[in-house]
Amino acid sequence: MKKFDRRKFLKGSLAGGVAAAASVGHEAKAAHTFEGYPDSMGVLVDLTKCIGCRTCEAACNKEQGLPAPDKPFDDMSVFDEHRHGGLKRRTSEKAYTVVNRYDIPEQGEPVYRKFQCNHCNEPACLTSCFVNAYTKTKEGAVMYNPKVCVGCRTCMIACPFYVPAYSYSSPINPIIKKCIMCYDTRLKFGKAPACVEACPQEVMTFGKRKDLIKMGHEKIKFKPEDYVDHIYGEHEVGGTAWMYLSKVPFEKVGFDTHLGTQPVLSYVKDFLAIVPMVLCIWPALFTGFHLLATRKEARKTEQQKSEE
Amino acid sequence: MNKLVRQGFKPVDSHFKEDGQRWTVKEKIFLGLSPGDYFREQLKNPFNWILWVIYLVGTPILIARFFYGLGWATHSSYDYPWGLFLSWGLFTMVPLSASGFMMGTTVELFGRKDFKPIERLGLLNGLLGYFFAVVFLEVDLGQPWRLIYPMFVSLGPAAVLFLVAWHVATYLSVQIAELVPSFSEWMGFPRAKSFIKSLSIGLTVAGIILSTLHQGALGALFTYAPGKLHPLWLSAEFQWIHFLCSAIFAGLSMIIVVSTLSKWFMSWRCDDEFLSTLDKLTLGISKGAVLALITYLVIKIIAVAHDNEWGYLLTGWGQYYIVELLFGTIVPMILFTFAIRRQTASIARLAAFVAVFGIVLNRMNTALVAFNWKLYQEIPHWREIIIAIMVYATYIVVYRAILARMPILYTWNDKTK
Repeated sequence: MKKFDRRKFLKGSLAGGVAAAASVGHEAKAAHTFEGYPDSMGVLVDLTKCIGCRTCEAACNKEQGLPAPDKPFDDMSVFDEHRHGGLKRRTSEKAYTVVNRYDIPEQGEPVYRKFQCNHCNEPACLTSCFVNAYTKTKEGAVMYNPKVCVGCRTCMIACPFYVPAYSYSSPINPIIKKCIMCYDTRLKFGKAPACVEACPQEVMTFGKRKDLIKMGHEKIKFKPEDYVDHIYGEHEVGGTAWMYLSKVPFEKVGFDTHLGTQPVLSYVKDFLAIVPMVLCIWPALFTGFHLLATRKEARKTEQQKSEE
Repeated sequence: MNKLVRQGFKPVDSHFKEDGQRWTVKEKIFLGLSPGDYFREQLKNPFNWILWVIYLVGTPILIARFFYGLGWATHSSYDYPWGLFLSWGLFTMVPLSASGFMMGTTVELFGRKDFKPIERLGLLNGLLGYFFAVVFLEVDLGQPWRLIYPMFVSLGPAAVLFLVAWHVATYLSVQIAELVPSFSEWMGFPRAKSFIKSLSIGLTVAGIILSTLHQGALGALFTYAPGKLHPLWLSAEFQWIHFLCSAIFAGLSMIIVVSTLSKWFMSWRCDDEFLSTLDKLTLGISKGAVLALITYLVIKIIAVAHDNEWGYLLTGWGQYYIVELLFGTIVPMILFTFAIRRQTASIARLAAFVAVFGIVLNRMNTALVAFNWKLYQEIPHWREIIIAIMVYATYIVVYRAILARMPILYTWNDKTK
C-alpha cells in the first residue's frame, strides 16, 4: 500500500485552495467595476453631421453665463488657431465646449468635432479628489463643488480627456471650470443640455445612455459605409455619458484611442489595496525586527538582573 | 565662525557659562556672542550675501504671486496643472527627506547605537524637508487657506492625495516629537526628553508605516495619469514601490550630503565624536544605499519587462530613460561599491552627491519632463523658478540656524556647574 504522503497532500490542497481563491477573486474583481447608473442619460454625437457652425459653443456660453469670447462665435478663423505645441483649441475657463476642424486629405470635406466633458461612468476626476468635490449624479452628470476645492488640480492630472480647466488668473477664488451637462438648469428637469438643443444639424441625440448605445449600433449596422464600427465612449475608460460616431478613424479627429476600457481608478487600485495591509502588518513586523535585533542586549539585562 | 573657533571661542554647548552662570535663551540664540559680534560674523560669510540677493529679488515676486494669482507667477496651464513647485518641492524634497525614518529605524529599531552621532541630523533633515514640502505645496495650491479641508471639512478618503495629506501631516508631528529631545536639551526641559524616549519605538514604527505609504503614494499619484505619463516612467503596478525604494537611497544619500556639507562649512559646530566617526558612518550608510540602489535598478528593469516596453528603449525617450538610469542609479551604485571596498569615505560622498542628483532627475522627469509626452514640453516660468529658489533658500537658512544652535551635530554638555 502506498503510504499517504503528507507533504504531497498539503501541496495539493494548497494548490487547490489557491485556485479556488483565484477564481473567487476573479469574480469579486469583476463585481467591482461600476457599470454606471441604470437610467443615466447621455448624448450621442454624430460627427458626420457636424458642419462646424459653432452654435453649440454660443449656446453653452449663454446658458452657463460665461464671459464673452475673444472672437465672436460666427468667426470661423478660430479653426486655424493653434495654441502651445501646435495643438488645436481646447476647453478653457471661458469655454466649456469647443468645436475643432480636422482636414483629412482622403476626405473631400473637413470633419468637425465637438468636445466637452464626457461625463464618465467612473470619473477619474472624482476618484482623484481628496476633498470629494466631485459627484456623479444619477442622471449622469459629473458635478463639481467649488466651495470645498483646495486647488490641488489633481483632477486635471487625472482626466484622461484633458477636460477640466482652472481659473489661474483669479488670485482669490480660482476654481475648476468644466461642462456640467447643464445639470442645475436643464438635466435635473429631464431636459437636454443647451448645446444639444441649439444644434441646427441635430448632430447630438439626448437620451438614456443604454438606448443611445443601441441606437448607435443600429446606425452603424444600417449604414456601414458611413461609420467606423465603433462607438467612442461606449467602453473607453469604463464608459462615458457622451459618445461619438465617426466616419473617419477616431484618432484622426483628435480622439485618444489608447485609453483602454478600464476606468482610471483601476490603475490606482493596486496601490490602494496595499494601504490597509501596510497599516496592519508593519507594526507587528517591525516590532518583531526590533525584538530580534536587540535580543543580545535584552539577554544581557536579564542576566544582570538574575545576578543581582 | 570656523576662524573664531580656531582662535579659541567656544559656542554654547551647555546650560552654564565658564563662571557657572546660566546662559539666557537670548545668549543661546546668539551662540554666546554679543549681538554685535554675531552680526559682524554673519556679514563676513559670502553665502549670506547671495542669500540677501535671493531675498531681495524673490520676496516681491512671492508676495505678488498671492495678489496676481498662479497664472501670473507660473506656467501652470490646463495641460500642465503641476509645475516646478510640486515636481521639485513635493516630489523631490520628500524622498530626499526619507533620512528621518531611515536613521530612526537604524538606531532605535535595529539597535545600531553606533549610528547615534548622525541620527539627529537624519531626523532634522527629514523634518525640515517635509515642512518645506508643505510650504511649496502652499505656494502652489489655488486656495492655500483651505489646506485643512481634506482633514476636517470635506473628506475624500478614497483618493491617493488624501493619504498623502494625512500621512505627511501625521508624519510631521512624529518627526517633531522625535526631535523634541534635542530641543529639550537646548532649552533645559529634561522631562520632555525622557517622555519621548519612552515612546521612541512606537514613534519609529509609526514613522516606517507612514513613510512606506506616503512615499509610495507620491508614486501612485501618477497612476491617475496612465495616458499622459510616458510608459517608461510609469508602471501602474510598481510605481509605489519604485518611489519607496528610491526614497531609501535618496534619504541615505542626503544624510551623507548634509553631513559632508556640515563638515565642510560648519565644522565649528561639530563635536569630536561626530567628526571622528563620520567617515566610518558614511561608509556604513553607503552599504544601505547600495542595497537600495541595486534593488531599485532591478525592479525598474522588471517593470519594463512586466509591461513589455523594450521597444520604447530604442526611441529618443528610451535613450533619455537609459541616461537617467545610468547616471542616477548605476553610476552611484558603482561608486558606492568602490567606496565600500576601498574603505574611502570621499568616494562615498561623491556617490551620494550623484545619487541625490539621480533622484532629482527621476522625480523631475516623472512629474514634468515625461508628463504629457504626447503633447509638448513645458518650461517653468522665470518667476516660478525664482520663487522656488527663494523657498529653497529659506529651507537652507532654517536648516543652518538649527544646526548652529541645537545639539544635532554635537552632544549637549550635561555638566551641572
